[in-house]
Amino acid sequence: MVAAFIGLIWWLVDNTVANLARQNVATGFGFLDNNTGFDINQKLIAYDETSSYQRLLLVGLLNTAIVSVLGILFATLIGFMVGLARLSDNWLVSKLAFIYVEIFRNLPLLIQILFWYVLLIEILPHPKKSFGLWEVFFLNNRGLYLPWFSTLPGGGYLLWVIGLFGAGCFYVARKARNMRELTGQTKAYVRNYILIGVICLGGYLSLWGVPFEANLPALKGFNFRGGLSFTPEFVALLVALSLYTASFIAEIVRAGVLSVSKGQFEAAKALGLPSSVAMNKVIIPQAMRVIIPPLTSQYLNLTKNSSLAAAIAYPELVSVFAGTALNQTGQAVEIIFITMSIYLFLSLLTSFLMNTYNARVTLVEK
Amino acid sequence: MSGKHIIEISHLDKYFGDFHVLKNINLSVAAGEKIVICGPSGSGKSTLIRCINHLESHDGGDIIVDGVPLDDKVKNIDHIRSEVGMVFQQFNLFPHMTVLENCILAPVWVKGVPRSEAEALALQYLERVRIPDQADKYPGQLSGGQQQRVAIARSLCMQPRIMLFDEPTSALDPEMIKEVLEVMVDLAEQGMTMLCVTHEMGFARRVADRVIFMDEGEIIEENTPTAFFDNPQNERTKLFLSQIIGD
Repeated sequence: MVAAFIGLIWWLVDNTVANLARQNVATGFGFLDNNTGFDINQKLIAYDETSSYQRLLLVGLLNTAIVSVLGILFATLIGFMVGLARLSDNWLVSKLAFIYVEIFRNLPLLIQILFWYVLLIEILPHPKKSFGLWEVFFLNNRGLYLPWFSTLPGGGYLLWVIGLFGAGCFYVARKARNMRELTGQTKAYVRNYILIGVICLGGYLSLWGVPFEANLPALKGFNFRGGLSFTPEFVALLVALSLYTASFIAEIVRAGVLSVSKGQFEAAKALGLPSSVAMNKVIIPQAMRVIIPPLTSQYLNLTKNSSLAAAIAYPELVSVFAGTALNQTGQAVEIIFITMSIYLFLSLLTSFLMNTYNARVTLVEK
Repeated sequence: MSGKHIIEISHLDKYFGDFHVLKNINLSVAAGEKIVICGPSGSGKSTLIRCINHLESHDGGDIIVDGVPLDDKVKNIDHIRSEVGMVFQQFNLFPHMTVLENCILAPVWVKGVPRSEAEALALQYLERVRIPDQADKYPGQLSGGQQQRVAIARSLCMQPRIMLFDEPTSALDPEMIKEVLEVMVDLAEQGMTMLCVTHEMGFARRVADRVIFMDEGEIIEENTPTAFFDNPQNERTKLFLSQIIGD
């Protein structure tokens, strides 16, 4: 049986290699070092026409990663809010949540991506007639522009200082929790957070001064330059993926909360727990056991669905690598193999993280 | 408002849709009094005690608990719930927390008791319900009788003035009923005000000051246990008693 399977694989590989050789198609991964000869409009790392396919792969992967990670974040936030809103006693709130779910869940994702894209491209004005806010935020059919900053010497240390601030806050929060458990008192610890902030900021400024300058978007020629910009493709894709996936997550959250028995709500109420404490300490932890497995599936779906961005030419993995790069090099077998491997890796990574979390919230039984 | 009554229920009406589940109920409970409520299923006895801590809202009449009127004011409801403990038929322990965590959750989050103090108190009550050595176990690792005793301890940790029991032994195997009833008798002997919905007639005879019989949403008869069991007045009471004692 195993021998037959291995034989079948060997036959397939051998046959493919022979066919490719007969058609004079290059094989092997050497093409990864060649120049791509084309530029793309969203890159998180340095890239231009002279960069290699290897670099292109990384740019595409990062674009997939950023839209997936942000999408998962927003979808989870919106999904939990809508899911809990559907369970609200307020008629209007629960009906609105119901309508949200039914609209976004029942329309094909591709249509939704195109809808948001067309909306951004067609409805929004040209750069010269941009919607502006305080002359620093701009929205037009070429993208969304936000004020940002450029670093001067010493600016690179900012991340370290922010990290230090985060660690300080974490320490204070831990300490506040311990104090609360020890004495039952919740004191105004805001003071301590501000103190840490002032120390970090003061230390930083005294060492390096202000190593930043404002980088405001400004209209130059036909479009805005400077600032932090997001392409309409990115915004449309992120909005569509977040809203679409959130509608499924909302139903998962609702099912999870409903799976917790009525007695748990009643016991929490009878003990006099305020509803926020009851939700956070009693209901959600139990609902999570039911929520996590299907939530993981939704995260995987969102990541894989980001490949639909090829339809609006957002330069993610499938669009630039399995699309443009494949057309240019013709090395379909290698490129598809690499692409599939990457998605498999991303999915297994997500599953691994979620399973680790799930193991932590599993109930202890006899 | 009378000082000696800890619970005063007057002209209480409650509907489930069109179904009139409680009809003009009047009941006063003195501090320290033990009351057993019995009656056929669907007679409204559980609903009655669930109205007292507002797990069910009432549609007419007044409930005054410890001088505080039970209305829609969240503050009043919270106050009453912190004074009134409840034990359920299905235990309703929090399965994702240890026994000790179950016990300290409400004292810490509702009353702001320091954790160490809450733990000491919890261990004291776990001792009282005779399971001090199970504090670090999860509810799923305990027997039904042990779980129900933990549930009683969990309620007691809020140091309530009144305890409500909603068929606390109905979901237990026969050999475990005794251990739970013993804890309840113990509690009664220490002067807790108790309202118990139960069909444990031995328990009623032993601790109840009054037995109340309900049918179709009304209080049909109330009397001391001896008079109630030995000389029931109403036909429906006689029928009910013959059914539960007959077998």
